[in-house]
Parts: sequence; C-alpha cells; structure tokens
Amino acid sequence: MIRFEPREPASLARLTLIPVAAAVVALVLAAIPIMSAGLSVFEAYGLMITGAFGSLFAFTEMLTRAAPLILTGLAAALAFRAKLWNIGAEGQLYAGALAAVAVGSGMIDAPSFVLIPLVILAGALAGGLVMLGPTLLKTRLGVDEVVTTLLLNFIILLFVQMMLEGPMKDPMGMGWPQSEPMLDDAMLPKLMDRMRIHGGLIVAFIAAIGVHILLRRTVWGFEIRAVGENANAARHAGIPVTATFIRVGLFSGALAGLAGVGEVAGLKGYLTADLSPGFGYSGIVVAMLAGLSPIGVVIAALFIASIFVGADSMSRATGVSNYLADLIVSMALICVLISGLFLRFRIRFIGHKAAQGVSK
Amino acid sequence: MSDILEILLTANFWAAALRIATPLIFGVIGALVCERAGVLNLGIEGIFTAGAMAGWMAVWLGAGLWGGVLVAALAGAFFGLIHAILTVPLGLSQHVSGIGVTLFATSLSYFIYRTALPDVSSPPRIEAFKPLDIPGLSDLPFIGPALFQQTALTFLALALVAATAFVLYRTPLGLAIRAVGDNPSAVESQGLSVYGLRIGTVVVGSAMMALGGAFLTMSAFDAFFFGMVNGRGWICIALTVFASWRPGKALIGALLFGAFDAFQVRLQTEVGSFIPGQVFLMMPYILSIAALILVARKADYPRALLVPYFRGQR
Repeated sequence: MIRFEPREPASLARLTLIPVAAAVVALVLAAIPIMSAGLSVFEAYGLMITGAFGSLFAFTEMLTRAAPLILTGLAAALAFRAKLWNIGAEGQLYAGALAAVAVGSGMIDAPSFVLIPLVILAGALAGGLVMLGPTLLKTRLGVDEVVTTLLLNFIILLFVQMMLEGPMKDPMGMGWPQSEPMLDDAMLPKLMDRMRIHGGLIVAFIAAIGVHILLRRTVWGFEIRAVGENANAARHAGIPVTATFIRVGLFSGALAGLAGVGEVAGLKGYLTADLSPGFGYSGIVVAMLAGLSPIGVVIAALFIASIFVGADSMSRATGVSNYLADLIVSMALICVLISGLFLRFRIRFIGHKAAQGVSK
Repeated sequence: MSDILEILLTANFWAAALRIATPLIFGVIGALVCERAGVLNLGIEGIFTAGAMAGWMAVWLGAGLWGGVLVAALAGAFFGLIHAILTVPLGLSQHVSGIGVTLFATSLSYFIYRTALPDVSSPPRIEAFKPLDIPGLSDLPFIGPALFQQTALTFLALALVAATAFVLYRTPLGLAIRAVGDNPSAVESQGLSVYGLRIGTVVVGSAMMALGGAFLTMSAFDAFFFGMVNGRGWICIALTVFASWRPGKALIGALLFGAFDAFQVRLQTEVGSFIPGQVFLMMPYILSIAALILVARKADYPRALLVPYFRGQR
C-alpha cells in the first residue's frame, strides 16, 4: 500500500535533483532499446557524447539545436504556469516562420537594423495571433484548448504547404515546394565563422531572462501564477482571469513563433514544410523537465538538444535509428512526471491494515 | 447542385463514408469509455500509431489477421495501463501524461519499425482484410455494396458501439463506470474500487483505440507508414465532446465525419483545379474544431473528468 503525504514547498536542491534523476533514469531505460538494436550501451552513449560535445563543431550544432527548443520550451512553460494547455507550439512555430519569410524575402527592402527587428516582430506576432484563437475559444465558449491547439498544428502545416506550392513558391526553386530565400539583410547574424550557430540563440536567451523577470518581478507574472494555482480563487481575489489567459496565450504563441523565426532567418534561409522535426512537441518535454522554470528551460533544452544531436551522430555511425532520440525524450517526460510526485509528496509504503486505519 | 445530389446518391459514396468512419468509431468509442470513467486519454494519437504498427508487424511476422488484431489491442492496453497508472493512483495531470504517452507510443513504434526494417525503400505489404461477401445481403441493391461489402473490422466497430452502449447503460458495471466519472466518492462508499474501475476502463478503452490504428494498416491500407495516423486521434477526442459522451451519438458523429470526408474527396475531383488540395485536407481538422464550437455551450462533461481521486480526501 502506498500513501502520499503532502510535503512543504521543496528545497532548491530537491527541485534541481529530481529532474536530473529523471533524465538519468530515462537514459538508463534507453539501454533496453539500444541493446535490442544490437549495440553496446557504452559504445552508443560514447558516440552520443562525442556527437554532441566532441568537437567545437559538434558543440555549436548542439547549441544551434537548443535555440528553438528553448523558445518552444518557454512557450509551453509560460502557458502551463497559467494552466493554459498550449500544445500548439509546432503550428505557432510554422506561423512565425511563414511570417518571417513573408516579411524578409523581398516584401520590404530596408537596412538590416530595420529589417531584422521587423522579421522578428512579424514572427512573434504571427505565433501570438495563432494562439489567440484557441485562447478566446477557451475563455469565451469554454472550448478545450488542448484539442483546438493540437488540431491547429495540422491546419497550419497544411496552410504552409499550400503557400509553398502556391503564392510563396520560389520560382527559382527547381520546382521544389520551398519559399524564396530571405534577403541577406533579413538574416540573423552568425555567431561564429564557418559554424551554423546563429543569433536565434541570443534571442532565446533574452526570451528566457524576459520570461523569468515577467513571472517573478511583475504584476502580470503574479497574476499568471495565481491563475495557474487556482483560477476561481484568483477570480474572487479580483485578478482579471480572462485577460491573463489572453496575455499568456499571446506571449506563449509569440515565443513559439520566435522559434520559427530563428530556424528560417538564422539557420535555413528559406522555408520548407519540414522545417521543424517536432520542436513544438519536444518543447513540452523541455518545459516539464525544467519544472516550468524559465531558467530551467535553458538547461533542459541543452540536455534535449544534446540527445537529438548526439543520437543523430550515433545513428550515422552505427545505423541505429535516430528515433532513439525521440524515445529517450518521451521517456524523460514520463520519468519527470513520476518524479514530480517526490517533490509534492512524501511517499510512504505502509501495510494494508494501517492504510485502512488511515482512511477511516 | 444536381452534381452534389448525384454524389450523395451513389452506394460507393456511402461505402467510402463508412470505411473512413471505421477507425474514428473505434477511437471515439475508446476515448468516450475512458472519459466516462473520468480520465481524458490524450495518449490516443500514439495508441493509434502503436496499434497500427503492432498489428501490422504481427501479421507480417505470420500471426494471421486476427492474431494481428489481438496484438494491436494488447499494445493499446499496455499504453493505456501506463496512462492509467500515471493518472489514477498517481493522480498526475491527465493532459501532460496523455501527451507523454502519445510521444512514447509513437517514438517506440517508429523505433521498433525502423529497427526491424532498417533499410527498406518501399514499406512491405501484408495480405489485408478483404471486404466480406455475405451471400444475399451483399447483393442487395444500394445497401449491399454500401453496408455489406465492408471488411470484418468495420462490423467489429459497429458491434463495439452496441456492446459499449449495452454495458454502459444496461449493466451494473456500466453504472459503476459512469458513476466513477461523475462522483467517485459515491462509488467508493458503495465499497467499489475507484482505482480498479478507472484503471480497468482506461486499459479497455485504450485497447479499443488501438483497433482503430489496426484498421489503418490491416484494412484501409496494407502497410505501415510514418505519420499515417495524421491527427485521427485528436479528431476522435473532439468527436467525443461532440457526441456528448454517448455511444449512439458517437457513431452518428463518426459517420457524419466519414460522409463529409468522402464527399470532399469527390468534390475535389470536380473543383480540384480551382482550389488547392490542402484546403480539402484541412477540412477534417477545421470540421473538428467547428464541432467543438457548436456544442461548447451545452457540453455536459463527466463531472469528475480530469479530477484525480485520492482515498479519504474530499
């Protein structure tokens, strides 16, 4: 018989130790699929570590992969704080990327110090507006935002495909469904020569600090946390619950939109319909691993990014499917959910008789 | 206008509608059963994928078609059990746990498929379920081709709707399941186990969902593709709300949905040159959202949906 006893707010040590333990458990569990694919566990993890940290190139690739994960992680963390279940970061990312390309591939000709902010703003705005719909449906009509945001992911991806095969198709693209390239002046600066690492990472770091300050130091942040704790209590306390949801929705969507901006205006230079390998969904795992803390999101995103980049590299060397990375990431989510119980409860294993005594 | 009528009046159209509706019927009945017990199961999208992959692979390895159906159901039950343990005794967020199960089931299915078939250019095919040919019935005009030339899985889906409705409304077990989704402490006070009822229902409901996935690889197609579930699970979650958690309405909802989808495919061949194909592909998702909006005001959620139950705690 297991009994949960609520415990006092957890210490910082416990707060950090538990997600780390969850990540380790996920990595240990991943030994099962690795071995069943016929590979030695140590060899596989050795290759993954080299693949993510073994060289300057590997390390910058890992950081490049972390940039969108930080932003989608922040999008999920901020929304989940208010218990607004935005599962639509994937679609919002594409909306942001589409807007960035629309603005940055020749519509406006301006020097880069004007064009780059415009591109960023357009992407954030597009992401935010996409999330506004589900948020309003939730606050006005009580429609569950989980389902609407999930369904919107499919709609937006199809819309992007439609634009890439239609009005936004690159006439010079040899028939491929891809957008026209971004103007050079619209591209985020590279951070290092001959590496792919780009200004999107800086945007992600600034966003993390911004969300941290928003949540900790502002009235809006207090309202967001209060609504997340108990929306009814918050309403009785005079907190504008509806306005808070709308604000959170806009910010959350904007953060995911920024992830899309970074991918087109920092990395690829043009838009295709396979821009994101599920950054929106991985962002949920990042946010949960981080315990919904914005600074934690940065660390968790680096961890998830090293799994993805490491697994890609291991996959190239050994032929083991890189779906292993998605598998590890999903197991990390389940592990961190379970380990979260150790934060909130003291878990006692007690005899059946004693348990019955307690419930009476 | 007469063109539209012509489409609606062909037996072929209604056969396609029922075929498209079949996986949704499995999914929406599974989701409905889980939610009736108070557990939202967003693992559905991944459970569809797992059922599609596991069922297909079992047949491919030589288990026979019904063996494949059984394996798919067991795979669904396995992931349902994970979701049930996380959300019922552990009381974790049903939203996040469901997404976790979807990610886990999807990535595990993909990983196993890729590991078993490392370098195949075109997916291997199996001998899928064939349309039944019922002597007499299948030869009826109109109704014959529309209703009685489906595969066995479609009839299993229809039977499942009837069985679910019977169990939910005509048996003590069904009463207990409905009660545990509305007022678990009342169930506890009757000496029944809230955890047992909820876990059992979620496991069975998840097995039903997996059959929807199995239909895709063993009846609609004869191979497994990455991304083949394509949001069908989420559509089922929307249909559950649309159906007010009633099996009969769920069947009607899924059939309406299938009819609409079959209709838009036929419309596409008529006006496809003017309207990009993606607009038609978007329709199922837009329709799902529209269905949610339509019933939003009067949606009568099971009262304890999403609410974890802890013994001795009010």
